[in-house]
Amino acid sequence: MKFLREFLDKQEHLFHKGGKLEFLYPLYEAADTFLYTPGQVTRTGSHVRDGMDLKRLMITVVVALLPTMIFAMYNTGYQANLALQQTGATTVGGWHGELAAWLGIGHDPASVLGNIALGAVFFLPIYLVTLAVGGMWETLFAVVRKHEITEGFLVTSALFPLILPPTIPLWQVAIGISFGVVLGKEVFGGVGMNILNPALTSRAFLFFAYPAQISGDAVWVAVDGYTQATPLAAAADSAIPFTTNWMDAFLGFIPGSMGETSALACLIGAFILVVTGVGSWKIMLSMVLGTVSLASLLNAIGSTSNPMFALTPEWHLVLGGFAFGAVFMATDPVSAAMTEAGKWVYGFLIGALVVLVRVVNPAFPEGVMLAILFGNVFAPIIDKIFINRNIKRRLAGYAK
Amino acid sequence: MLEHYLSLFIKSIFIENLALAFFLGMCTFLAVSKKVETAVGLGIAVIVVQTITIPVNNFIYTNVLKAGALSWAGLEDVDLTFLGLITYIGVIAAMVQILEMVLDKFVPSLYNALGIFLPLITVNCAILGGSLFMVERNYDFAESVVFGLGGGTGWALAIIALAGIREKMKYSNVPAGLRGLGITFITVGLMAMAFMLFSGIQL
Repeated sequence: MKFLREFLDKQEHLFHKGGKLEFLYPLYEAADTFLYTPGQVTRTGSHVRDGMDLKRLMITVVVALLPTMIFAMYNTGYQANLALQQTGATTVGGWHGELAAWLGIGHDPASVLGNIALGAVFFLPIYLVTLAVGGMWETLFAVVRKHEITEGFLVTSALFPLILPPTIPLWQVAIGISFGVVLGKEVFGGVGMNILNPALTSRAFLFFAYPAQISGDAVWVAVDGYTQATPLAAAADSAIPFTTNWMDAFLGFIPGSMGETSALACLIGAFILVVTGVGSWKIMLSMVLGTVSLASLLNAIGSTSNPMFALTPEWHLVLGGFAFGAVFMATDPVSAAMTEAGKWVYGFLIGALVVLVRVVNPAFPEGVMLAILFGNVFAPIIDKIFINRNIKRRLAGYAK
Repeated sequence: MLEHYLSLFIKSIFIENLALAFFLGMCTFLAVSKKVETAVGLGIAVIVVQTITIPVNNFIYTNVLKAGALSWAGLEDVDLTFLGLITYIGVIAAMVQILEMVLDKFVPSLYNALGIFLPLITVNCAILGGSLFMVERNYDFAESVVFGLGGGTGWALAIIALAGIREKMKYSNVPAGLRGLGITFITVGLMAMAFMLFSGIQL
């Protein structure tokens, strides 16, 4: 790897002040720090002796996302192959089908590698478009505004494809990530200064701008013309028989957004985040508490016309995007509440809203993503209340 | 019956939020949301004024302005609805003035806390909008009390949340051209997107 270091060092002068490529410094800096740990140390002021920095924080999230990503590819392929087996068709249709045929990918739902390969045909193009378009905006802003490209974008670009259905058109992916990166993050100054989670902003934008491609029954299984309701939609509509097995929903063998189906993969991610201290266990736990308590309350109230009132808490936790949202979205350290007591309120609010939207809002079968955005909006004011309370308490103690 | 009022209350706070679903009262919403403390003051003022003016306007509308409302005075054929707009504005201005004098006399602490906001919201379109919605949706007197309270609360909630966000945004590095109102408009747009969580709920 030494030649790589030497190559980078040789090019460095080009990007410094007065160099030929000075305006591209953020790109050079990003390439260098992605590959190597920067050598600079603080010269004045306080020294924090801790290996934790933004770079490691963000990379930890990406690592925690890996099980979800692999399972996303597997399940996308598995659901497609299962649908093919049922309908007797031989191809998933469209350019995806042609690509799969050209790569020689078989359609056997029992073959793990075959499923992953077919899923990759759907997942990877979406991921690459996200990286390319989002990265283009990120670089543009970094170059013009002379700030650095940070690993924060890696997290956004890894989260965004996982909350999309596999059949989403690639141009919508490009528009969505552009909206999220530019209006959700860069206009506020970049990583760490945004108020809403950029990946969620992208998703919410697509949801309201192009509802046909991101909701309904036809988008969750990656086979042309094949419709199957997600278990949540089936639970809300008494006309559709609810056949899902709880274990399947927990493990993730259900149709849905690519990365959201498996609660187990999210739990592995949660374990990594909590052990490394990157994600807040308080937010995850209080969100679960919020959902469980409101769902139990609605169970007790009951309703004759709305079957969702009867959906028990353990189902709420494994269906839809709950696990993914609780582990990876709500805990985003930038947009979540920062005070320790505020985290409990913030998580509980989101958890309760998830149930509320799923049960009483017939417009959306799924409410996790919007509930988290709503939590993001109120996070600063929750923090403010608890900070003021702390100030008051300390002033009172000081006066004695 | 109680259920009906409760659902109207919830609806006017979240689903039909005056600020984030109808974008009413934008001038004060954007201008007075720099600090949470002032936003709270303005929010309370809006709640109080909404809860008073909407029922009063409702009373005037049903007994004087509506077609045939003057039958108690023997004038069955008179329809004064064309006077609606100017009457509501006048009522709002008068009510705010009276409220200000009453507060000054009896609750000086609240008067000082609300300060300039009371006269300021005389011209707030969320207040007039509340009265016009009341007429358009044919609310009766009790409903208009609930609607006034709920609509005011929803508007207050929105401005307090916006003020919280704007205080947090002091640490953001917004591009020079967007600083101030520009970024606030974008923020309000994003907030409205989050509030669409409630759109579609049937109560």
